[in-house]
Amino acid sequence: MNSIEALKELLYKMADDQLIIGHRNSEWNGLGPILEEDIAFSSMAQDKMGQSEHLYNLLNQLGEADADTVAFTRNAPQFHCSHLVELPIGGYDFSLIRHFLFDFAEYMRFEAIKTSAYQPLAQVAKKFFGEIKYHTMHANTWVHQLGNGNEESNTKMQDSLNYAWNYALGMFEPGPAEDILIAENIFMGEEALKAQWLEAITPLLEKSNLTIPEKATWAPIYGGRVGKHTEHLQPLLKEMTEVYTIDPSADW
Amino acid sequence: MEITADYIREELKQVKDPEIPTISIVDLGIVTGIDISENNDIHVTLTPTFAGCPALRMMEDMVKEHLGSYEQLGDITVATSFETTWSTDLISDEGHAAIKKHGLAPPMRNCSNISMDILEATKCPYCDSENTKMKSPFGPTLCRSLHYCNNCKQAFEGFKPI
Repeated sequence: MNSIEALKELLYKMADDQLIIGHRNSEWNGLGPILEEDIAFSSMAQDKMGQSEHLYNLLNQLGEADADTVAFTRNAPQFHCSHLVELPIGGYDFSLIRHFLFDFAEYMRFEAIKTSAYQPLAQVAKKFFGEIKYHTMHANTWVHQLGNGNEESNTKMQDSLNYAWNYALGMFEPGPAEDILIAENIFMGEEALKAQWLEAITPLLEKSNLTIPEKATWAPIYGGRVGKHTEHLQPLLKEMTEVYTIDPSADW
Repeated sequence: MEITADYIREELKQVKDPEIPTISIVDLGIVTGIDISENNDIHVTLTPTFAGCPALRMMEDMVKEHLGSYEQLGDITVATSFETTWSTDLISDEGHAAIKKHGLAPPMRNCSNISMDILEATKCPYCDSENTKMKSPFGPTLCRSLHYCNNCKQAFEGFKPI
């Protein structure tokens, strides 16, 4: 794998994570527990889908198909998203925990990539970093509030954290050519990112009265980055591409 | 007449943000480049406010349409670039006044370290009171937050500092 291929691999997994979590977030549209939360998840969905489009545009500049074609014509085995983002929205507790775990990882990722040697990526990361701050702020507010709420809310959040944890660790599935990305100062690599992420979320979860599962039980769920997905991704793609499939030239 | 970047910049003040029609794209701070060729072809560079802002493409078309109506100008091209990262600090003082005129609280300046506490202190655009409460950092468009003024008892929206 040369450095362009390594870069494409990085861009694809970032873009696909964004697109799929964006779609999942949008599923709260009209269903949020209160109006403000409905709007919050819909707004974050819009941010994430916009960000994915810009990442697909960078891939387009590197010779891949245009953003719409890439987003709407691939099947699950061609996607590079982590399993965490493709899981159904579940209850609000799960969606909030996933939002917290995923968005803090993105926060650290964008912050690292702001100084990437690959300038086009560094430029978009600076933009995304301004936006992700609102997402992590939102996630932390709710995790803190419900973790410290009553016994029922704390139990629900803790159960969701336990369930989501190994999926969240799966976000940091090592890439096939990270040594190239690291050597060329494009990206610091998944292992270093995971360490920063743990450092960021550990004190916040403690303050939220939530406990990270025992380290001995950690078993990252990998496969997403190499096209092996849960049973939930293909139905999501079918729904997401329904209009495009009926009429690929439709404009909206 | 000689076409200068300043002339084009003045012209672009006629092009308004479709979501906040009181503010021009120039005062919003998204016009980051104006290049003029020898035969007066104009290339305008815009930087996105939010990555997912649906108004961006509309604003590109509006720039093309507006400048395209001038016979003395050559071909008009518009491109989006992330080279300059937009932040609300790029909004001019006139822009702040225009945002307030639309009934929105202008964004606080120098807010690169945004926090809930900073957003809580948003000034009411109707009565200028600081006795306000933030209801949600997400509003009806990507760039707005929701607030309530305890003084004049009105809900209002703020332009999010970013």
